[in-house]
Amino acid sequence: MKFSDDKLKQVDELVAHYPEGKQKSALIPLLHFVQKENGGWLSTEAMDYAAELLAITPIEVYEVATFYSMFNLQPVGKTIFEVCQTGPCMLNGSDGIVAYIYEKLGIRPGETTADGLFTLKTAECLGACGYAPMMQIGPSYREKLTKEKVDALIEEGRKKLN
Amino acid sequence: MGRKLLLEKAHVEGIRHYDVYRREGGYRSVEKALKTMSPDQVTEEVKKSGLRGRGGAGFPAGMKWSFLAKPEGVPRYLVVNADESEPGTFKDRYLMEFIPHLLIEGMICASYALGSNRSYIYIRGEYWWVKEILEQAIQEARNAGMLGKNILGSGFDCDIFVHPGAGAYICGEETALLESLEGKRGNPRLKPPFPAVKGLWGCPTVVNNVETISAVVPIVNDGGDEYAKLGTGKSTGTKLISACGNINKPGVYEIEMNISVEEFIYSDEYCGGIANGKRLKACIPGGSSVPILPANLLLKTAKGDARMMTYESLSDGGFATGTMMGSGGFIVMDEDQCVVKHTYTLARFYRHESCGQCSPCREGTGWMEKILLNIENGKGKMSDIDLLWDIQRKIEGNTICPLGDAAAWPVAAAIRHFRDEFEWHVTNPSDALSRNYGLANYAKPLEVVTTA
Amino acid sequence: MADEKKLFKVTIDNITVDVEPGTTILQAARKIGGDVTPPAMCYYSKLKDSGGKCRTCLVEVAQGSTADPRPMPKLVASCRTNVMDGMVVKNITSERVIDARNGVVEFLLINHPLDCPICDQAGECHLQDLSYENGKSASRYEFKKRTFDKHDLGPYIQLHMTRCILCYRCVYVADQVSGERRHGILNRGDHAEIATYIEKSLDNDFIGNVIDVCPVGALTDKTFRFKNRVWFTKPVDAHCNCDKCSGEVQLWMRGDEVLRVTARKDEWGEVKDTTKGEPGWICNTCRFERKKVSDWVIEGPSQVNRHSVISQGHYTGLVKPKETIQKVTGRDPKLLLNIKDVTEVNQVELSELKGPATSQVFKQLKKEN
Ligand SMILES: Cc1cc2nc3c(=O)[nH]c(=O)nc-3n(C[C@H](O)[C@H](O)[C@H](O)COP(=O)(O)O)c2cc1C
Ligand code: SF4
Ligand code: SF4
Ligand code: FES
Repeated sequence: MKFSDDKLKQVDELVAHYPEGKQKSALIPLLHFVQKENGGWLSTEAMDYAAELLAITPIEVYEVATFYSMFNLQPVGKTIFEVCQTGPCMLNGSDGIVAYIYEKLGIRPGETTADGLFTLKTAECLGACGYAPMMQIGPSYREKLTKEKVDALIEEGRKKLN
Repeated sequence: MGRKLLLEKAHVEGIRHYDVYRREGGYRSVEKALKTMSPDQVTEEVKKSGLRGRGGAGFPAGMKWSFLAKPEGVPRYLVVNADESEPGTFKDRYLMEFIPHLLIEGMICASYALGSNRSYIYIRGEYWWVKEILEQAIQEARNAGMLGKNILGSGFDCDIFVHPGAGAYICGEETALLESLEGKRGNPRLKPPFPAVKGLWGCPTVVNNVETISAVVPIVNDGGDEYAKLGTGKSTGTKLISACGNINKPGVYEIEMNISVEEFIYSDEYCGGIANGKRLKACIPGGSSVPILPANLLLKTAKGDARMMTYESLSDGGFATGTMMGSGGFIVMDEDQCVVKHTYTLARFYRHESCGQCSPCREGTGWMEKILLNIENGKGKMSDIDLLWDIQRKIEGNTICPLGDAAAWPVAAAIRHFRDEFEWHVTNPSDALSRNYGLANYAKPLEVVTTA
Repeated sequence: MADEKKLFKVTIDNITVDVEPGTTILQAARKIGGDVTPPAMCYYSKLKDSGGKCRTCLVEVAQGSTADPRPMPKLVASCRTNVMDGMVVKNITSERVIDARNGVVEFLLINHPLDCPICDQAGECHLQDLSYENGKSASRYEFKKRTFDKHDLGPYIQLHMTRCILCYRCVYVADQVSGERRHGILNRGDHAEIATYIEKSLDNDFIGNVIDVCPVGALTDKTFRFKNRVWFTKPVDAHCNCDKCSGEVQLWMRGDEVLRVTARKDEWGEVKDTTKGEPGWICNTCRFERKKVSDWVIEGPSQVNRHSVISQGHYTGLVKPKETIQKVTGRDPKLLLNIKDVTEVNQVELSELKGPATSQVFKQLKKEN
C-alpha cells in the first residue's frame, strides 16, 4: 500500500490537527481514512503503512485497530447492515429486522452472503434510540425501519453491483 | 410552554450556516465575553448559573473550570465530549446536527475562560455525517474571524478540531476519551491525577459534554443569575431530554426543570403518552446506566410526592426507591415489555463495551450477561437471581472507572423492583418463551409509609 | 545536611509506620510485612505505570488523613494510592475488603483453566496463592470457559493465553526494559488478549524478563517446558560475566543439571536489585543459553520462604557425596544410580495410567513406549 501525493497531503492535514510531536493522536482518523482507501477493511499491510506514516510501531496500531468496533480486520461485503440491538431498539422491534434480513438474504449476524454483497452485523447502541429500529450502512444511518424499508435497502445494495 | 434556551432557533431555515445563525443573534456571547469580560468573569458567570454537567454525572461546570490547574507555560485544553453512546441518549447529536454553531459559540467562550487555544470535539465515529456538519460550521466560523488568531481583535487565539472515535462507548468516560484522543486504546486512566491537572498530553484539561458547553452561550448572554432563575433548586436552567421506547412522540425535548415526570410522559407537548394506547410499566429516565423504576415509583416518590424532572427529585429516595437524571436518555417501557430481556440487552451492551482492564468489570459483565440470557430463555434457577445480585454487588465500586457501576446498577435495580418477574421466568420456563409477564402490579399505587 | 523530610504516619490494620511522602499504601504495608500486606497481582514496583488493574489490593481507607479525617467512600487500589499523614487503612481487618477481594479472586478464576497440574508456573504462581487465601472450593460459574486461538511467540517464550489475567506487566517490560515492543493487548473487554497480531517471535535481548514478571503461567520458559516441577528443583544463586546484563541470576537445578535460569526475586516475587543497586533484569543469553553448570559461578543456595513449596527441595550446603564405594570394594553397587535404570516403575508416565496401577498395566505401557 502506498498513497499518492494527493492522498499524502490529506494525511498531513489530519496530522496538522495536533501539536508538534503528537502525530500519534491522528491514528484513529488515519485508520478511518486508510480503511476507506483499502476497500473497507484494515489488512496487516494497511496497518503497517499507517504505522509508518505516523512513525509509530506496528503493535501500537494493532492494539488500537482491534479495540474499536468500527475497524474491520477482515474483508467485508460491499454493503454492511449493522442493526442496533440494544435496549431501546429492542423495545421497538430490532429482533424483527434481524429476522427479516435472514428471511430475505439468508444471513445471520456475522455472516456475508455468498456473492459477497451483503454482510449482516448486530451493533450496540448507535445513538438513534428515538428513531428505532435502525441500522447503520457505511457512514449513514437508516432509521425507523420497516420491512418495506429493508427491501428498498437490499435493492439499493444490489444496484451497487452494477 | 417552558422556555427554550438551546433549541429555540434549531428549526430556523438554514440555521446550520453561519450567516443565518449570526443573523438570528448568534455569536453575541463571543463578542460580549472577548470584548467586555475577563476569562475569570466568564467562569464566575458559569458558577453563578448553577449549570451542572449534562454528560451524566451532573458535576457543577463552573466548579470544574475553577479546578483547572494553570501552571506557567503549559498549554491547557478544552475537550468537548460528543461521544454520546449511552443507550437512550441522542440529544447531543440533535443539537450538533441542527444547530452546530451553538456548540462552537459555546466552545469559544469556554476556551476563552479556560485559556485553551486549541480545543477539540471528540465525536463518536458513527456520527460521521455530524462530524462533517461540524467541520463545515467550524470552517465558516474561521472564515468569519470567530476562530483563528486574534479573534475580534481581542488578542485571543483559538481553533477547534473535530476528532472522531471509532466505536467504543467507554471513550465517553473522560479519561478514556483523552487516551483515545492521544491515539491509544480507550482504557480509562487511574485517578488521581484528574484531567484538570494532567489531561490531554499531560496538560491541564477540562472535559465537558456538548450540552453543557452549549449552555454557556445563554449564560454569557443573559448572565448566570438569569439562567439560575429557570428550573428548580439545584437543577437550574433547561435540560435536553431524549425520549424513546414505547411512546407516541419519541424525540429530543428541551425542558425547563420544573415539570413533573407524568406531564413529560403524557402531555402532547412532550412524549404524547404511551404508544398504541397501552399502559406504562417501567422507565429508565436517565440513560441505560441509571436504575429502572416501575411506573408507580416513577410517577410518585416513596413519600407520595409527584416526581419531577429535576436532578433532586429523580434521585429522591436514593437507589432504594429513586433513580438519577443521568444523561437525560428517557427510555419508556409499556406493559408488553419484558424487564428481564431488556436488562439482558443492557448487560450484553456493557460486556461488549468493557475495556477489559480491570478484573471485576471484564469478567463480571460477561457472567451477568450469560445468567440473564439463561433466565430470559427459561433456563434459569432461583439461585441465579441471588447470584446475579451478588455479582453486581461485587463489581460496583470496585472498578477503575464508573462503567463497572453503570453495568451493575441496571441489574441491581431490575432485581430490586422486578424480582417477581425474574422468579416468574424461573418457575414458568415455557411461558417465559412464549409471552411476557405483563404489567403485573408495577403500576398499582404504592402505600405511602408515613413516619408518625 | 539538607532539610529533613517530614515522614508521614500511616496506620494499617492497627500497625503504624512512618513512610516518606509519595509512598503508596501498598509500599507502606510491605514495609510492615506479613498479613498486613495486600496481595498485588498487577502492580510491580519496578515497572512505571503498572498497577490499578487487577483490584486484588483494594483496601479501605477509614480515615483520609489527620487534616481531613473523612473516610474514603470506596475501597481504593492500595498500589496506586498515596498515603497521607495520619491515614488509617484497613486491610484484613475490614470485612468489606475481604468480601471484595473474594469477589475479585472469583472473577479472576471464572475463566481460568485451573490446569495447575500441567502448568509450569505451579508452585510459584501468585494466583494459586491468592485463591488459596481468598478462594472458594467450588465455582459458581457454570458456563464454558473462554478460549483463544494459539499464538507462537518464538523458540523461548511459551504463551498460554487462557491463564493470563491481563495485568499488563509484560507490556510494560517490553516498553521499559527491552525497549522494543512487538506484543501487546489486542481486542477489548473479555476478549482482550496478549498477542503479536501477526505471528512474530519475541527475540529482543531482554524480552525474556516477561517470564519473570508474569504472575501466572501465561508466559513461561519454553526451554524449561514440562522439564520438571519447581518444587523438585533447587534454586541457587549464581553469576557469570555477562556483557549484556549483570549476570546475577538464580539457577534452578536438579543434581548437576541447570534446568532453568531466572532473575533473582525478592519476597514479593519481584526481580531483586543487583549488587550494584540496579534492577536485576537478566538477558536472554543468560536465561536461555547458559544451561551448563560450568557457565556459572555458584554462590550458594537461594533464600527461599519457608512457606513456599519450593522450600521442600531446598537444601543448605552444596556438598555432593563422593562415590567412594567402588574404590573400596571394587564393585559398583546400585546405590547412587539413576532409579530409572533399575526399575520399570519409573519408565512409564504415571499420568498416562488409566485405572489402578497393576503390573500388567506397567508391562503394557512399557511396551508401547
Ligand atoms: C462509561 C462512561 C461513559 C460516558 N459517556 C459519556 C458520553 O457519551 N458523553 C458525555 O458527555 N459524558 C459521558 N460520560 C461522562 C464523562 O466521563 C464526563 O463526566 C463528562 O463528559 C463530563 O462532562 P459534563 O461535566 O459536562 O457532564 C461517561 C462516563 C462513563 C463512566
Ligand atoms: S470498569 Fe470496565 S471499562 Fe472501566 S476501566 Fe475497568 S474494565 Fe475498563
Ligand atoms: S501474559 Fe502474564 S504478564 Fe502478560 S498480561 Fe498476562 S498475566 Fe500479565
Ligand atoms: S495490585 Fe493493585 S490493582 Fe492490581
